[in-house]
Amino acid sequence: MKTICFYFQIHQPFRLKRYRFFDIGNDHYYYDDFSNEEIIRRIAEKCYIPANRTILDMIKSSGGKFKVAFSISGTAIEQMEIYAPEVIDSFKELAATGNVEFLAETYSHSLASLADKEEFKDQIRMHKEKIHSLFGVTPKVFRNTELIYSDTISEWVYKAGFKGMITEGAKHVLGWKSPNYLYTSKVQPLLKLLLKNDRFSEDISDRFNNYAWNEYPLTADKFISWIAETPPEQQIINLFMNYEVLGSYHPAESGIFDFFKALPRFAAEKEIGFILPSEAFNLLKPVDSISVPYPMSWVDEERDCSAWLGNLLQQEAFTKLKEIVERVRLCEDRRIRQDWNYLQSSDHFYYMSTKHMGGGVFSPYDNPYEAFNNYMNVLSDFILRVEAQYPTSIENEELNSLLTTIKNQGLEIESLKKELDKFKKNETVTEVKKGKK
Amino acid sequence: MKALMFGWEFPPHILGGLGTASYGLTRGMALQPDMDITFVIPKPWGDEDQSFLKIVGACNTPIVWRDVDYNYVKNRLGEKMSPEEYYKLRDNIYADFSYRGVNDLGCIEFSGRYPDNLLEEINNYSIVAGVIARAESFDVIHAHDWLTYPAGIHAKQISGKPMVIHVHATDYDRSRGNVNPEVYAIEKNGMDFADHIITVSNLTRNTVIEKYHQDPSKVTTVHNAVEPLSQDIVSIQDKRGVKDKVVTFLGRITMQKGPEYFVEAAAKVLEKADNVRFVMAGSGDMMNQMVRLAASRNISDRFHFTGFMKGKQVYEVLKSSDVYVMPSVSEPFGISPLEAMQCGVPSIISKQSGCAEILDYAVKVDYWDIEAMADAIYGIITYPAMYQFLKEEGKKEVDNIKWEYAGQKVRRIYDQVMNK
Repeated sequence: MKTICFYFQIHQPFRLKRYRFFDIGNDHYYYDDFSNEEIIRRIAEKCYIPANRTILDMIKSSGGKFKVAFSISGTAIEQMEIYAPEVIDSFKELAATGNVEFLAETYSHSLASLADKEEFKDQIRMHKEKIHSLFGVTPKVFRNTELIYSDTISEWVYKAGFKGMITEGAKHVLGWKSPNYLYTSKVQPLLKLLLKNDRFSEDISDRFNNYAWNEYPLTADKFISWIAETPPEQQIINLFMNYEVLGSYHPAESGIFDFFKALPRFAAEKEIGFILPSEAFNLLKPVDSISVPYPMSWVDEERDCSAWLGNLLQQEAFTKLKEIVERVRLCEDRRIRQDWNYLQSSDHFYYMSTKHMGGGVFSPYDNPYEAFNNYMNVLSDFILRVEAQYPTSIENEELNSLLTTIKNQGLEIESLKKELDKFKKNETVTEVKKGKK
Repeated sequence: MKALMFGWEFPPHILGGLGTASYGLTRGMALQPDMDITFVIPKPWGDEDQSFLKIVGACNTPIVWRDVDYNYVKNRLGEKMSPEEYYKLRDNIYADFSYRGVNDLGCIEFSGRYPDNLLEEINNYSIVAGVIARAESFDVIHAHDWLTYPAGIHAKQISGKPMVIHVHATDYDRSRGNVNPEVYAIEKNGMDFADHIITVSNLTRNTVIEKYHQDPSKVTTVHNAVEPLSQDIVSIQDKRGVKDKVVTFLGRITMQKGPEYFVEAAAKVLEKADNVRFVMAGSGDMMNQMVRLAASRNISDRFHFTGFMKGKQVYEVLKSSDVYVMPSVSEPFGISPLEAMQCGVPSIISKQSGCAEILDYAVKVDYWDIEAMADAIYGIITYPAMYQFLKEEGKKEVDNIKWEYAGQKVRRIYDQVMNK
């Protein structure tokens, strides 16, 4: 039986406010609360709430046959908690049906997978904890920021305790191979991979509302029949897209909600089922391994990481961020940890992209240069705060050993104290004994 | 002695150094008891200081007869011009300009800035000058910068009075040598017609003599000066939030100002010192290029851009600075280092700037010599004695550069051309 695997990405960054040179050292709050609230409220109203309702209806009316997977970034969850708590409630309702799976990712939708293994693992752990605390489930399948994947990352993901990961089925990687099978990583054969079916995913995410498309209008009937026409041995069709496709990229008037609602019925007619990523990893057998020496993603025609790290500005900003990772790891200040997370969101780098000058990129800034200047000013202030805790005059290794020494000394003092207490007790006991004599 | 001056900018609405210089000079000249100045600008806003001169707006001067009643004119022009003045100018319309686009008062609209159709605006300005020159009585014409030369020539031809032109900049400075032929033609024409040419520095004087082929005896240098700081500027506090030293570049980020040498020098300083930040304040067509350059030198966490600064913001930046750098490739005068020194900020200026001729207590380097520039920056931020010395002596020096003296020099030139 053929199955469809639906996965939706949900992410919102904490956008930065206009942060000037004079704010450096004076102002340690970096976020544009007004626009963050405005954007999350707007998207919740247009997309998250009606889309969740639609999916809940679909699960119920299909008799539990319809299934979807979500990955919600930690920063998105936090903003929902603050500005749109009703969205969290509706996700809880979805989670209760058991037909919804939550995937693990880096907490702030970061680019840590391209930089630092420890940081990467740390952010995954944070995200797992957040998901567990809200929905009571621990994610078993991993999904990296914007489906970024490479051989190195597959190794890291496996070491972080995952058996399955979902990623992009880029043409330059797959070649003649079909994404409609289960694969494994070349370097880590125990990590199984689900690859996005570009054509079918983009039929919905990009072309659904395109009047110029020769297949317009796309109906559920037609779409399912295309899937049914794929060779019978191809078992799984992976439809991965941004959740905002429902209601935000394609407005409700385009009929996107009705399109989704009709999917389970036509799928049932053609005997096509729905499957969750974790089920697919258990049920299906991998047919081959794929090798990806250079990172790929699901963004742009190139399907690489050039949208975030393509130009000089982005590389500079990312390098400066990487340079302080070890320092920040030593910090225990909660506000520093929090800002550290928020500043890592890949979106900040995306705004600096010069690939689509003059349009295409959604950005709160007028141009990439402004995005860069603003981010660097904020980062400069952040670095100052980290340095205030641990001055740069001490090398990392030295600092680390000093910190361990302090910690060890603390432990030693404690154990010695215990010993001392023991002797004191003994002494009193012997004194008492002596007294008796 | 009555002077009719043509200018393009006047504070508080200024776009560059021209407005500041026009204000300072006229103020300095007004200290002479028998001096009477009428200052024409394209578009007054009504909030200009008119206590020491009379401002006439070209955009309020009729060139086409319109039958409008007193109260209507009063309403429309408000503070900018009195109805009497309007009627006086209206009586001097000299030709039929109704084919040009004019408004309900018979006036041409001006942007008062540097728009894309600048040449057309310059031409309109000289049409208006014809009306004003007929209506006003004056002894001498004084035109500030090339934009107003055609107006000055027009006024001279009508009145037969001598014309002095004031060269604040030439196109050779703005373009690093690749002059715009149209601009050059206007500049050359203005200089040829002038009875005397005032330049703001010897550097500019040489350009005028060599590139515009003027008779040296006709060209005199009158260096610019600075207005003393007002009390509310003196009281601005250092607002910086960082403990680091701050090195500032302030001005338009364009080819003329040599911003790339500042970035390169910053990279060199940051190799040796880590207690310093660099600020590039201002905007311009090379800004994005500079952002990239700083990023490629890996100094973006210590090199900051502020965007366009105006009015008080300029002084806020200066007050928070330890060093001011002006690496201009070719600067006719350059008033901003003087302002920095007034604020007690040690300055490093390029030898290719006019103000280098009159400043002794500023560090002078060739604009291209980034190593010398880096060396000077490093010295000032590292050795307190050098910082203190330049701060105190520089302030003393610049406090003695007064517009009053510059005004007296201009007056001597007026006397000279009138006695010819």
